[in-house]
Amino acid sequence: MASTPNIKSGRLSKQEIDSNFGDLHPPLSRSEALIAADRCYFCYDAPCTTACPTGIDIPEFIQKIRSDNLRGSAHTILRENIMGGMCARVCPTEVLCEEACVRNTHEDKPVDIGLLQRHATDPVFDQNIQLFERAATTGLKVAVVGGGPAGLSCAHRLSMLGHDVVIFNRDSKLGGLNEYGIAAYKTIDNFAQTEVEYILSIGGIEVRNDAELGNTFTLDELRNDYSAVFLGVGLGSVNELGVEKDDLPGVLNAIEYIADLRQAKDLSALPVGKNIVVVGGGMTAVDIAVQSKRLGAERVDIVYRRGAKQMGASRFEQDLAKTSGVGITFWAQPVRVLGDDHITGIEFARTELDGSGKLVTTNESMRLQADTVFKAIGQKLVANTLEALEIEHGRIVVDAEQKTTLNNVWAGGDCVVGGDDLTVSAVQHGKLAAIAIDRQLRC
Amino acid sequence: MADLTSEFLGITSPNPFWLASAPPTDKAYNVNRAFEAGWGGAVWKTLGEDPHIVNVSGPRYSTLFSNERRVIGFNNIELITDRPLQTNLDEMRQIKRDWPDRALVASVMLPMNKEAWATYLPMIEDTGADAFELNFGCPHGMSERGMGAAVGQVPEYIQMATEWAKQAASIPVIVKLTPNIANIIPPATAAKQGGADAVSLINTINSIMRVDYDNLTMFPTTDGMGTHGGYCGEAVKPIALNMVAEIARTADTADIPISGIGGITNWRDAVDFLALGASNVQVCTAAMVYGFKIIDDLTDGLSNFLDDKGMTAVSDLVGKAVPSVTDWQYLNLNHIEKAVIDQDLCIKCGRCHIVCEDTAHQAITHTVNGERKFVVIDEECVGCNLCVSVCPVDNCISMQQMTEGVDPRTGQKIRSDKASWTTHPNNPMRQKV
Repeated sequence: MASTPNIKSGRLSKQEIDSNFGDLHPPLSRSEALIAADRCYFCYDAPCTTACPTGIDIPEFIQKIRSDNLRGSAHTILRENIMGGMCARVCPTEVLCEEACVRNTHEDKPVDIGLLQRHATDPVFDQNIQLFERAATTGLKVAVVGGGPAGLSCAHRLSMLGHDVVIFNRDSKLGGLNEYGIAAYKTIDNFAQTEVEYILSIGGIEVRNDAELGNTFTLDELRNDYSAVFLGVGLGSVNELGVEKDDLPGVLNAIEYIADLRQAKDLSALPVGKNIVVVGGGMTAVDIAVQSKRLGAERVDIVYRRGAKQMGASRFEQDLAKTSGVGITFWAQPVRVLGDDHITGIEFARTELDGSGKLVTTNESMRLQADTVFKAIGQKLVANTLEALEIEHGRIVVDAEQKTTLNNVWAGGDCVVGGDDLTVSAVQHGKLAAIAIDRQLRC
Repeated sequence: MADLTSEFLGITSPNPFWLASAPPTDKAYNVNRAFEAGWGGAVWKTLGEDPHIVNVSGPRYSTLFSNERRVIGFNNIELITDRPLQTNLDEMRQIKRDWPDRALVASVMLPMNKEAWATYLPMIEDTGADAFELNFGCPHGMSERGMGAAVGQVPEYIQMATEWAKQAASIPVIVKLTPNIANIIPPATAAKQGGADAVSLINTINSIMRVDYDNLTMFPTTDGMGTHGGYCGEAVKPIALNMVAEIARTADTADIPISGIGGITNWRDAVDFLALGASNVQVCTAAMVYGFKIIDDLTDGLSNFLDDKGMTAVSDLVGKAVPSVTDWQYLNLNHIEKAVIDQDLCIKCGRCHIVCEDTAHQAITHTVNGERKFVVIDEECVGCNLCVSVCPVDNCISMQQMTEGVDPRTGQKIRSDKASWTTHPNNPMRQKV
């Protein structure tokens, strides 16, 4: 087999790249928003609100759009979800609020809740309108570990409640996966940092970047030095394929490549393979596949070991992949990476469910040519620094108020049992934890 | 196919849809276009004395929008014609010559002196116009000068000016009434007593549309100052329908022909007016919002409706619903209805529940056996129709009559005989049975 990997930059012109990485869902104009808002029925005990992990009162914020009260609308959103701006861009609304919309029953087309949420919140960020103020200071200090959605949400709510916060952030920028992990076309114009700045602008939040748990500080130190600790550390390492030669050059972590892509100054300078195989079935699999295609890869295939229904990526994401020219193959799992010095392909075994519903491989196999294989098969908790906590299935055990088994430690986001890899859920965890921390500290 | 030919005061037109006296009938150019589009007649924009009045050169119209910017209500401060009388007369004469099969009615507004009527009406009649319509309705501007609504609000003035007009005219005289009064019957009676051949109603309603939220002035203004205008459009239809029905069902006025006006936008609106006693209808706002082309739906829809009802002429429909209009005191208090929610059509928005819960009779569930489900509680339902009014799904909630058994709300047996407030024991003024 030829083994010169076809990986290079500049497959597409700068113009093509700019167009490929424009806003996936361009914002609504004022009149589009008014028309969209008018479709909301202002439901009682609205199913969309129930479906929102942060419980945003959706009919209320839409009513405020209708009445030209955008500032009030934004407050309705952000008081429940301080990352309502990002969530308007990245939430899989098709399986959350918009799936619950009663308009689906009426006419099979929900209210454009995500786009309306963006319409309501954009002016707040564009004009930096401060909607929140801090309560009288308590003089208490809380440590927040992790600068992603869970940590930032927790920090903002703690600050609102009058506590001082120090965020210990592993990376050099805040934002977590919003900054490093989400497809670029979902959050253009550096919005993740705009949102971070807005969150910090409430005051009372000190940020220490490049501070890694277990490296520059320990959980015990924080527990001694602070009134409470919140852990929003995410899932710090990536699952391996667990097959022969899965460390061959050309086998990459999707999440790391996306981070490089998100931080790249010039996307056309980013090297990209000609034939790319993505292994996995979640949002990250679609994010890396579509972005690879948009960077100019000739052939991109997602291979998932189960079927379309089991896929973590929503139906919208699957459709986005297909319309972007990405192939999706179901019921196949990798058994071998092919190639000598560099990957040349990957071999899969076809899978099926046996009589008891367990996934098993069959004798049938298939091979795909590839100069890059992206692993998008999930991440796992770096647990060695968290030994004092109860861990279950690789995630931190918490109660309904996000409290861990340690008295002054709370946790939320992807790192806890019940975390579901969604920004919106992480924001809710951080918010709930902050409210619980506040209550305990005031006892 | 039903025959839409309309005869009103002996004036025939190919359909019962006339353009009301207003900007759309300001000049020959517009009226030509309207007749080409198929309108049955036109009431020319109101003529006055020479020298002609002048209008402001700024906003004359403003609008009440729905959220998707559909025009619900409309307001204007435009006055009567601001062109020389002779120009109007020449154009009217030409229009009548070019369109002999269409109705051409001359709207007039003159001061309260007999000489003015005696002078101007013959000149105008000479154009070949089929009838006069006396504008006793405009509520803005002209009313400050003792004309328009200033006349229409005083029955004695209506009668007096109508008499002058009848003396000066040999063609029929229609009196256009203002809704800016407490009771439409005295003005209608005065018109009849003055000799009017018909009444037309309603003219526009005194209104201020809103304020300017930036400047906190009224909106719109002319150089910072504004004045009330006349309100019209879809939103005024129910007010107009009531007044038309009152005239049609009141013994003293029931025999006077009515030209119905007020918010007619589609053929169903026309059916409303005709069934409640109007013999033809006039339209302005809908044309100003959509253009003359709406005549296609008006005529076609009305024709299909008449066919569906087995009616062959518009006159078959006129007044059909009038006998169903009565006073509250005669409504049958033994009649029991309950709302019924079609669970197959229900989209579970919960609007019916929350309005009933918050503002009515707590008669609709939100949860049944732990499931989101909206069901009417017959023990509480008074049949008020609020849920039907707010439900966004067509035909999902209907009112159904109980004809036998016991009303679970009152525990009273359902009765087939009728009983109204006039005989109710709680009525201190009840009639002895």
